[in-house]
Amino acid sequence: MSEARTRLANAWLRSRQRSWAQWLRDRQRPRNLPVAEAQHYVERYRALAADLATARRILPGSTTTAALEALYAESHASIDRSRRQTLAALALLFRRRIPAVMGALAPTILWIGLLFVLTTAAGYWLVSEYPELVRLVASGTMIEKVESGQLWTDDIFNITPSSVMSVRILSNNIAVSLFAFCSGIFFGLGAFYITTLNGLMLGALLAFTHQHGLDGELLKFVVAHGPVEISVICIAAAAGTALGESLIRPSAATRRESFQRTAGELGPALLACALLLIVCGFIEGFVSPNPHVPFMPRVVIGFGYWIAMVLLLRGGLHAPPPAKL
Amino acid sequence: MNDELLHITGLTGVELNLVVAGPGSRSYAFIIDWHIRVLLSLAWMLSVWLLLRVLKIPAITSLIGWPALAIYLLYHPVLEILMQGRTPGKRTAGVRLVTRRGGQPSVSAILIRNVFRLLDSAPAFYMIGLTCCMFTTDRVRVGDLAAGTVLVLENTKAARVLELMPRLATHTGLDPRLLELIQDLLDRWPSLSSERRQALARSLLARALPAQGGDALAALGELELQQRLRTLLAGAA
Repeated sequence: MSEARTRLANAWLRSRQRSWAQWLRDRQRPRNLPVAEAQHYVERYRALAADLATARRILPGSTTTAALEALYAESHASIDRSRRQTLAALALLFRRRIPAVMGALAPTILWIGLLFVLTTAAGYWLVSEYPELVRLVASGTMIEKVESGQLWTDDIFNITPSSVMSVRILSNNIAVSLFAFCSGIFFGLGAFYITTLNGLMLGALLAFTHQHGLDGELLKFVVAHGPVEISVICIAAAAGTALGESLIRPSAATRRESFQRTAGELGPALLACALLLIVCGFIEGFVSPNPHVPFMPRVVIGFGYWIAMVLLLRGGLHAPPPAKL
Repeated sequence: MNDELLHITGLTGVELNLVVAGPGSRSYAFIIDWHIRVLLSLAWMLSVWLLLRVLKIPAITSLIGWPALAIYLLYHPVLEILMQGRTPGKRTAGVRLVTRRGGQPSVSAILIRNVFRLLDSAPAFYMIGLTCCMFTTDRVRVGDLAAGTVLVLENTKAARVLELMPRLATHTGLDPRLLELIQDLLDRWPSLSSERRQALARSLLARALPAQGGDALAALGELELQQRLRTLLAGAA
């Protein structure tokens, strides 16, 4: 570097000393800044961009230029970000976004629901015709208990505390639902597989318990939590199918963009599913295995909660028109 | 070095290339985070168990186990939201999460990214995630694809350089790039072999102090060379 250029570079570095020191002091992400301060922050970001452009010209490839690039990237990240999530945004999520997503998903949910019913019927028929097939879906202990005239759920209430069981059940159900969604990445086949598997299992167990005169007991066990739990799994699978469809028939320039956009749009539906399953878990832990709760209150809880779910997902009585995914 | 770059355009139109973190940095950050969350969960379990013992209360499984599980499972989403795309592991590994435009990921993007951990971690040891990471542009796992995020390397020395360089330029009047080289050599001094660092020090001193003869520099020992370089940087101060 010539002496003149060295002097120029040094003079420039000296002139930026105070400005950079201030940046380094204030570089922590600004949050809730008043408008004037936010504008000042943006002005300084522009000054930093100018510094970077100068550094690239007079000190190309230097450590100083690399450091300015890093600081610029960091400042860029603190400016280029989405709005802060507030309670109002959360309310809007439940009032508008979730109903919109559910509206767009409605046809898929119906198809997935139909698939679930058909596979349940298929599972029922298969085990009715070929009882040995139940070994594919039930463990040896479960089969032994049913054959001795007892449901496998009978002792749960006495062995495991309800609180523990609830959390175990709800975490398992949330994991199954989220997996049904995530596995949609395999062009929707993962969601199809999970729906089919769950349908076949339910049908097979209903047939098996029917053969031993325990189908009424099984129905009594599932009626309180089953309607919402099955519905939520169908919703998650429908969301997974939509995710698969975004890859098969991309709605954006690339499959990657289409997948990202659809995943972002379906996110609120998953949140609603997780919340619904938390309550389901508590019903399944406290009500379903409790022999002292009669059948009718279970029916009221099960269908009452299902209606509450429909109202929640449709945004109450004033559902907005469905948005296109 | 064959780094993959994420090309972004700043809001002022100035363009930048961020270096994308590969599977190595990713795994390194994950392993640190995994140890932290396991230790935090164990610490919770142990402290509650001890507290219940001291208070002579029978152990309550839900009070000991479930919060520990919650710490383990919610560690990533909660910290990534609170620390703006970083976690202690990511910070140590020198990586951070950004959107494809170089911005800060939104809360929903972080949550979606973490929901997909379920798939990425399947069937074991993040096999799907790591495989995806090896074969995708921008080295992303499925969760990143869904959330539109990329893990990039951070320049951890930036603050120090920007603090130091104007000061050195003011005090020494030397060519800034020569100053950077001297500072770099001093930083790397312990990791270089004796012959290498002596050769480099002599070469840099010869450029910084052309009046000094080559023979005078050749006569200097290792410690004296290091001292000369230090004096040169602090010297004029």
